[in-house]
Amino acid sequence: MSSKHLRKRLEIGFFAGPALLFYVALVIFPIVLAAVYSVFRWDGLGPLLDPTCIEAYAANGSLGPNYCNRFVGIENYTRAFADPVFLGAIGHNFLILGLSLLIQGPLAIGLALLLNRKMRGRALLRLLIFIPYVLSEVVAGLAWKLLLMPNAGFDTFLDVLGWKGDKPNWLADPDIVMWTMFLILTWKYVGFAVILMLAGLQGVPEELSEAAQIDGASWWQTQRHITLPLLGPTIRIWAFLSIIGSLQLFDMVWVTTKGGPNFSSATMATYLVEIGSSRQQIGYGTAVAVILFVISLIIALVYQRFALNRDLEGATTGKGR
Amino acid sequence: MATTTTAPVTRRRRIDFGAPIVYLVALIIISATVVPVAYIVINGFRTTKQLNEAPAGWPDPWTFSTYGRVLFGQDTLFWSQAGNSTVVALGTTLGVVIFGVMAAFVIARYEFKARNLLYALFTAGLLFPISVAILPLSIMLKTLGLNGSVFGLIIPQVAFALPTTIIILVPFLRAIPKELEDAALIDGTSRIGFFWRILLPLSGPGLVTVGVLAFVNSWNAYLLPLFVLGAGGAGQSNYTLPLGVQQFSTQYSSDTAGVLAFTSLAMIPALLFFTLAERRIVGGLTGAVKG
Repeated sequence: MSSKHLRKRLEIGFFAGPALLFYVALVIFPIVLAAVYSVFRWDGLGPLLDPTCIEAYAANGSLGPNYCNRFVGIENYTRAFADPVFLGAIGHNFLILGLSLLIQGPLAIGLALLLNRKMRGRALLRLLIFIPYVLSEVVAGLAWKLLLMPNAGFDTFLDVLGWKGDKPNWLADPDIVMWTMFLILTWKYVGFAVILMLAGLQGVPEELSEAAQIDGASWWQTQRHITLPLLGPTIRIWAFLSIIGSLQLFDMVWVTTKGGPNFSSATMATYLVEIGSSRQQIGYGTAVAVILFVISLIIALVYQRFALNRDLEGATTGKGR
Repeated sequence: MATTTTAPVTRRRRIDFGAPIVYLVALIIISATVVPVAYIVINGFRTTKQLNEAPAGWPDPWTFSTYGRVLFGQDTLFWSQAGNSTVVALGTTLGVVIFGVMAAFVIARYEFKARNLLYALFTAGLLFPISVAILPLSIMLKTLGLNGSVFGLIIPQVAFALPTTIIILVPFLRAIPKELEDAALIDGTSRIGFFWRILLPLSGPGLVTVGVLAFVNSWNAYLLPLFVLGAGGAGQSNYTLPLGVQQFSTQYSSDTAGVLAFTSLAMIPALLFFTLAERRIVGGLTGAVKG
């Protein structure tokens, strides 16, 4: 009996062990390390703790401030929140977040409702609408950088539409660059949202809308009172993915503007990479990473608590099914 | 003839009414998605001189030398970078599918105390973006001597792809009837035998889905290669395609035609792969969302 028990344990270890090892060593551990590094002033090269500091600790039993100047406590955090560039970066993340929810969401739902019917070329349409999503952010970003060059494709397109005169410098004007960024991101991600919504709409039984129409409901009333509520779970999940994506925005910005001009399109992640990689300030960079993580975590938990609860049935707390 | 055309129209008036608008909207969407891509591809057939004279225009005459130079030029890095991307993506896919299905098997079909904790630990990983971990991770990889190598990409990518993989696979493996397992056990098969001979073959579609997702994500990855290869000091011939195309566009920014051609060529693998695996990607994404 106990050998059977042992065997089961061995099996569990054998099957789950490798994944758990990889995951803990390369996902959890670095995040813990980030929290540790974030209270030091450190360039990532020498030892984290000054050797003389450790010796002093061994001798005196306490960390003398003069010996341990690499340990700075919460200084990195106060520095971050005092830096207008970083606060601006947080603002940019939330601007994209808000615009995505307010514009991309309704746009995608509207398109999905329109396209959710038997029509010619539907398969092709679904294929084409998804193209921007499969391209990497790097390639899509570079493509848009080329399109948005002065007098290039985008400006010419505006000419055709009847925009006379000067066009803004889309990616170089600090007042405009975030809106341009949102335009590119919408181009890249609205197809994904539409596909999600269309998949969600397939789960809405046709009989319900038909019954409503027989009862005399208009097309709009049917969508508003039957289809949209039943699409709720899909919309909420999309919104969750969109929120998380907006907070972690990096690739697109880094490729198109590197956060410039003059940090006017910086996000938390580009700020973090700039600090940690170009300026070698690992301690400060990881403090920014921790702030990014905590903001995402709080929003995710609040969102899950209030919006996703019924959909996930506690999947992330392990009680689901 | 008359009856077949009028019958559906009278039964569903609104489609007849809305159809032109729908097709118009569909047309606008298609133009919005396809035209920018086509613009890049077509302008790659112009010379830099033409591009400087008129930034937007039709190739006149069509010049094939830029594409030829990027593809077959003596010092072109396109093929080696595409090769690196392939190696890294295949390695990541293989690793994440193998370790992912093993862990999902335990979570889905074993009863033990820490099971829910294990599941929660992996699902929480959805909230750990690689950007939060990147600075310590890159220092770790440097210490381990993995900077600049494909393993420095594959190993962390496997780890970061595990949460999605496990979340998709667990319900999939749970759905396989308990009776099958009982029957296999009665016939004298061990749990491991059941895993190999029954569960794995039955979960083929699920494995393909998570595999395709892992492949695409690895193929498109930028931040990790930026640190591991870019800052890690690897030569450009060891770059992956996203890193390579970005490097090319900075290094040869005055060679607009070259940048356009390189960017177009970098699009092709993803587009090809996507057309082949479209159903799997869409199915996987919507499946992941329905969780």
